[in-house]
Amino acid sequence: MNQPQPQSERPPQRRGLTAIDGALALIAILLIVQMWLLTATLEGFLAGHREGVLPAALLSGVLLLACLGLYLFVRGVDREVRK
Amino acid sequence: MNEKDQLWREEVSIFAADERYVNRRQFAKFLVLTSAGMFVGNLWILVRSWLTGQPAWPVQPVAKLNEIPVGGVKLFRYPGPQDPCILVRHGETEFAAYSQKCTHLSCAVYYAPGPGRLECPCHEGFFSVRDGRVLQGPPQRPLPRIVLERRGDQLVATGVDLQTEAT
Repeated sequence: MNQPQPQSERPPQRRGLTAIDGALALIAILLIVQMWLLTATLEGFLAGHREGVLPAALLSGVLLLACLGLYLFVRGVDREVRK
Repeated sequence: MNEKDQLWREEVSIFAADERYVNRRQFAKFLVLTSAGMFVGNLWILVRSWLTGQPAWPVQPVAKLNEIPVGGVKLFRYPGPQDPCILVRHGETEFAAYSQKCTHLSCAVYYAPGPGRLECPCHEGFFSVRDGRVLQGPPQRPLPRIVLERRGDQLVATGVDLQTEAT
């Protein structure tokens, strides 16, 4: 039976792909949170609850920055591996 | 390799092994753009909440007291011509008026005198005729209540209560 290779023994291309997949999964999770945040804010706004609108916008901005950071990480790994 | 050549090689791989990287990077870019769209949506709600202040409600006669029988309704528009409302007489001296737009997807609600509730025929959302709260169905918010005043033998609309406390 084939034993899984330790991280350090895997070829760099394969490790890069794993890192990118992890980052993609994180971006997807952040996006789901952001979608929920948008729908909850809209529902609250239409119901007349305006107090949560500003914090929701700020949090959405933070999530966007996190997604952007992960994208830059993906791009960095991509460049590094395909160099 | 010149800069122009390097740019297109980053976007379109000529090696099959690199294809997986290009696909993943482009998918990540798409997800980030979607995230930016969500942020713009939140900003739009923020701007709308800043721009729309408390409106000044007009005073508008709706109906005469003896005009509607018990269990009867009258449709009217308030505060603007695009805002359909329904006035219900559900008791000898009990009147209630609500926006006729269902808070789910804006279908017109109608009064069902038997069970004594306002019903939306689209997705079977039911609202209490006494206070407009949701009894059943997909709506999440109560119906906006039209504030009524009795002036002589007339009912007059003086405002709209979004009923945020009832949610």
